[in-house]
Amino acid sequence: MTTEAGSETEVKEKAEESAAQPDQSEKASEETKEVANAEGEEKEKEKEKEGKEGKGISRYLPTWLKKQKSQSQTSPTKEAPPTEEPVAKVTQEEEGPAPEVNGQAEEVEEKEEVKSEQVKEKEAESHSNTSADTEPAKEEKVDESTEKSPEETKKEATEGEGAEEEKKKEQEGEKEAKEGGGEEGQTSIFQSPLRLVRKNKMKLVVCHVTLLDGTDFSCEVEKRAKGQFLFFKVCEHLNLLEKDYFGLTYMDSHEEKCWLDPTKEIKRQIRSNNWQFAFNVKFYPPDPSLLTEDITRYLLCLQLREDVASGRLPCSFVTHALLGSYTLQAEFGDHEPDQPRPLDYIGQATFAPNQNKEMEEKILELHKSHRGMTPAQADAQFLENAKKLSMYGVDLHHAKDSEGVDIMLGVCANGLLVYKDRLRINRFAWPKILKISYKRNNFYIKIRPGETEQFESTVGFKLQNHRSAKRLWKVCVENHSFFRLNAPEPPTKARFLTLGSKFRYSGRTQAQTRLASSLIDRPAPNFERTSSKRISRSLDGAPVISITEATAENGREPHLELQSDSKDHDKTQEEVLKHQASISQLKRSFMEAPPPSPPQPNQWEKRLTSSPATSIRIQQQQVSLEEEIASVLFSRHSAAGFYSADETDCSVPEATLDAVICSASATVCSSSSSPQKLLISSTISAAEVVEPQTEAAPADNTISDTKEPAKTTEVEIEETVVVQEVSRVAKPGVVTVTAGLPAAEQETRKQEVRVVEEEVMLKEEVKPTKQESVSSESESEEEAEYHPNMPIAQIPEEKEEEEEQEEMKKKEEVEEDVSVPDAPSIPAEEETNRAEDDVKKIETEESTDDPMVTPDEAPNGVLPPEEGLAAPTLEKEEPKVNGEASLVEAEPRPQVICCSEPPVVKTEMVTISDTFAAQKTEIATKEVPIVHTETKTITYEAAQLDGNGDGEPGVLMTAQTITSESLCTTTTTHITKTLKGGLSETRIEKRIVITGDCDIDHDQALAQAIKEAKEQHPDMSVTRVVVHKETELADEED
Amino acid sequence: MAGLMAGFGHYTHAVVRGIPSSLAKEALRSCQAEVDVAKARREHDAYVEVLRTRLGLEVVELPADESLPDCVFVEDAAVVCGDTALITRPGAESRRRETEAMKGALKDLNLNIVEMTDENATLDGGDVLFTGREFFVGLSKRTNQRGAEILADAFKDYAVSTVPVLEGLHLKTFCSMGGPGLIVIGSSEPAQKTLKIMQQMSDHRYDKLTVPDDLAANCVYMNLPNKGHVLMHCTPEQYPESVKVFEKLKDHMLIPVSNLEKVKVDGGLTCCSMLINKKANN
Repeated sequence: MTTEAGSETEVKEKAEESAAQPDQSEKASEETKEVANAEGEEKEKEKEKEGKEGKGISRYLPTWLKKQKSQSQTSPTKEAPPTEEPVAKVTQEEEGPAPEVNGQAEEVEEKEEVKSEQVKEKEAESHSNTSADTEPAKEEKVDESTEKSPEETKKEATEGEGAEEEKKKEQEGEKEAKEGGGEEGQTSIFQSPLRLVRKNKMKLVVCHVTLLDGTDFSCEVEKRAKGQFLFFKVCEHLNLLEKDYFGLTYMDSHEEKCWLDPTKEIKRQIRSNNWQFAFNVKFYPPDPSLLTEDITRYLLCLQLREDVASGRLPCSFVTHALLGSYTLQAEFGDHEPDQPRPLDYIGQATFAPNQNKEMEEKILELHKSHRGMTPAQADAQFLENAKKLSMYGVDLHHAKDSEGVDIMLGVCANGLLVYKDRLRINRFAWPKILKISYKRNNFYIKIRPGETEQFESTVGFKLQNHRSAKRLWKVCVENHSFFRLNAPEPPTKARFLTLGSKFRYSGRTQAQTRLASSLIDRPAPNFERTSSKRISRSLDGAPVISITEATAENGREPHLELQSDSKDHDKTQEEVLKHQASISQLKRSFMEAPPPSPPQPNQWEKRLTSSPATSIRIQQQQVSLEEEIASVLFSRHSAAGFYSADETDCSVPEATLDAVICSASATVCSSSSSPQKLLISSTISAAEVVEPQTEAAPADNTISDTKEPAKTTEVEIEETVVVQEVSRVAKPGVVTVTAGLPAAEQETRKQEVRVVEEEVMLKEEVKPTKQESVSSESESEEEAEYHPNMPIAQIPEEKEEEEEQEEMKKKEEVEEDVSVPDAPSIPAEEETNRAEDDVKKIETEESTDDPMVTPDEAPNGVLPPEEGLAAPTLEKEEPKVNGEASLVEAEPRPQVICCSEPPVVKTEMVTISDTFAAQKTEIATKEVPIVHTETKTITYEAAQLDGNGDGEPGVLMTAQTITSESLCTTTTTHITKTLKGGLSETRIEKRIVITGDCDIDHDQALAQAIKEAKEQHPDMSVTRVVVHKETELADEED
Repeated sequence: MAGLMAGFGHYTHAVVRGIPSSLAKEALRSCQAEVDVAKARREHDAYVEVLRTRLGLEVVELPADESLPDCVFVEDAAVVCGDTALITRPGAESRRRETEAMKGALKDLNLNIVEMTDENATLDGGDVLFTGREFFVGLSKRTNQRGAEILADAFKDYAVSTVPVLEGLHLKTFCSMGGPGLIVIGSSEPAQKTLKIMQQMSDHRYDKLTVPDDLAANCVYMNLPNKGHVLMHCTPEQYPESVKVFEKLKDHMLIPVSNLEKVKVDGGLTCCSMLINKKANN
């Protein structure tokens, strides 16, 4: 830190601007969180955020300034101790060049805040000055953001210590407002759709990112920050605009390299608190000459040099020499016999896995022939040759074929390659692939029938484990999307088509990034090459441009935690109320909202973001939509059930509630909530029916909050979020709990209110939510399908069946995972683990502060963008769908009906047409090996209605889900925009799921739900009510 | 220096080998046929003359070895790409020693020699189709998976895909390159099937030139300075219908070369020479 100070001080005067940036970024991050949550495309907010983030600013800053910052930041951060506070201080110092900061760093946080404010002001000024080219400022937006941000921040600040945090928040809000005037307008075309999400008040963590030149970049991020936040920070540091080709990797608990999902919280992806990352090329552009900027090519070169030197990219002796010679030319310029440096460098540098003297001589010899070539030209030549290598851009995965023979699966821009040893034995071009899926450790591709073939065939491969299978699947989905699609697959459609994980590529496609790149209008940035750094000889003489903003934020973070939760809660509640009241607005926004191609935060989402669970909820809800379409009723996440289980924890009711919520939010959590869950498993196994609103489930002693929660919901939700953050507190007991869940009987009621142009359909479905939630996640992890060609939607029914099976499996697996909390290394799997962790945390923290949770929510909200379509969750009716949120990550596909505990033996479907009157009963029986469960579904249908849910004639334009969760109740709202014969129809479907451990009085619950729904939306009609009841018959499970 | 994968078809040197008398009786063949060694030698002389005189290649002639009846088919003894030469391990036991002379000749040309020492590996150069962008290795009676793996190891820059050889001796018995991105393929079902597999396996697009006679699909493509695209192909006497197809290649210098005798011992046009681009090595 001290070292940092020195450099910073030097830079101070000029750096004031830069310093300001970090602050802005912080603020931005706060705002962004909201935005992120609303992944929709709210450009305005995004712009604001961007501006705040400082990217825009960075552009304006003189390169030399940037350099200094970057340098100073990098080194100091590294040194900075892992502790949050110290880090924060450091960061501030870094950010704010002023030496003052350093001194203060150790001092009270408040001081830091003040500084930051000052800085912000400065920034604002600087921006105004510097950014002549800035886009039209969006003051209005800014104002909004500012208003929101404080609230949000408060909410966010979970971890405790509210007073300070609150102050900070307020200050920040002010700052933001100030800033907003000047800077917000800037929009960068170059930013990918994914937004950075951050909150200032959260705890800060130091991230170490290994850059392509081998240097380490450290920055602080909030614990809750999403992957994209860190990624953007790094890109800023690198001054990289064409960032869509790149990504961050981390090593999971199994020492396997994983891509950091930009839309998810970092903390939930990495295992073990190891905040180590690497900046890497994720998508190798087939033709690097089409890249717009030399700096992008340079970074690609760095990656390829490493790939070649490590042997990942095999090439011949001659090619090694040729590539090495271009590297020399790029780094050192023309060969000069007098200067021995290149020779020395050659000795040190690694050009090939088995480099020898002969090769070095050849490299030198070739180097001589490149005389006169500029570094950029040498890079271009390097790439021209490297791109022709057969393994260029091929991501290899170990697998076995159907006969158990070891093979390698290579994912690349063109498709999937199958290698045996070094030989290519098969190839499946993307256009040939109809579907990509995985199930457990099996990876399948469905192949389009050839000219002479009549039937499509499916090829299966075995991977080491399901984590590997999921990882491969994700890579395939991403590569296909990036290279083959014009725009990312709209979430909605994808959902309909997909089972299991709803993971989709959330970034920009190559086509989009090329378009964006073509709009880059800045002078070619200077950048420092590695050799210059190492050897202190700079060819270009251009310093590296990098701005680190993260540091500034760090300083604040500790305080943030302290901020009062109470405030946050209040705000959230208010927001919730607003949400409820503003359905019509939502509709409009939806209508206006552009198609979800690039996942960007919607207004909805933004609004929703306030609630922690949003993102998750959205996903879940989406799922629910799918389900509805399929005419299948699934209760995915009913936290309530768990809560009931939580009874054991009665002693600490609040805590349990939080935990429950958290669990729900975490998806996995539902089961996961540690001790409670455990209890639940046992208790639930018996039978759990929770009908939160109407009748508090008897079992839920602790939960006791039926409707009350609804309004409190917001608070709860926030808590949930916190829980996730808290998750670190993991308690062993939790894990076991998850396992128990499956056995438990759960009943969830989902009320779906669909408003089709004013018409509201109410569906109440009682489904075993608890298990579902878990299962859904598990499923996603275990299975997933992806239809590269966007084939016709699969038949829902089939999906259901599959889903059920999947769920069963997943559940089983999930249980396993739960038992071994750390075991799941894969991101998807991680969810479950996370959930567990979250639960644990919740327990601990819950007792202390519920409000704390809220902060977490914000981050979650940000995440949703992946699904893009994900609708913001509405907290209106019933609080807390938090549980779902977690599920969302898993991206539940088709969640099998009802909680579907595998064990379901009897299923009863009761359909009542005419709102309450008629009852139809359908009995379906499914036998699942393990547990016997009864499932009852009661559907109330208004005579008028159409089956909105099912096959819709029109085209689904957008679907958004708003979910709020209470302990026992989950409300999901889907807004669907449909084009029917030129008419656009907007339908809002609201699904309320009530879950409980004990028997629920359906009528009462329904009546209550409908009543509430009508109160909220007088102009809507209830078209359908479904009650789904699932009960375990016996304890066989044990 | 030329970049990676530049200059497909550029050749400066050709290694050929004489025809031993033992060819008539002892050379391997898939169908019984009487071979007139004198005729075969005349044929071969004409072939070499085209390379040397008409095309201006520097021809390295190795002496025939009576103990190696098939030694004239030098293509099988090595695979040369760029400045790397992989000395093969021919699938036929009787041909293993053919590589010795070839190895010496290639060494003299300053190529980097890679030898296939694995005793489980077999590879005939006739099963190796180099398209300029990648290799296809036919898995045949003479070539196995291991041999292909070693080839892939020797030429790391390129994708090496294996394709089954359903019929015929070698992969190149029914196909060859007719130009950059142009595959000449026989019209038989197995040949077409193999082509389909190759197309499926490749990231690159290839045009195809289908000739009625599978054996006619074996031709020699070169891209030579001052001559452009050069294609040595079968004569009208042998495959009149296929020649008509070749004659549609307007941009190519077409050179019909007789192969009536050598074909009796499964020898194609490509089999009789090892083409090398020495300039690329510098």
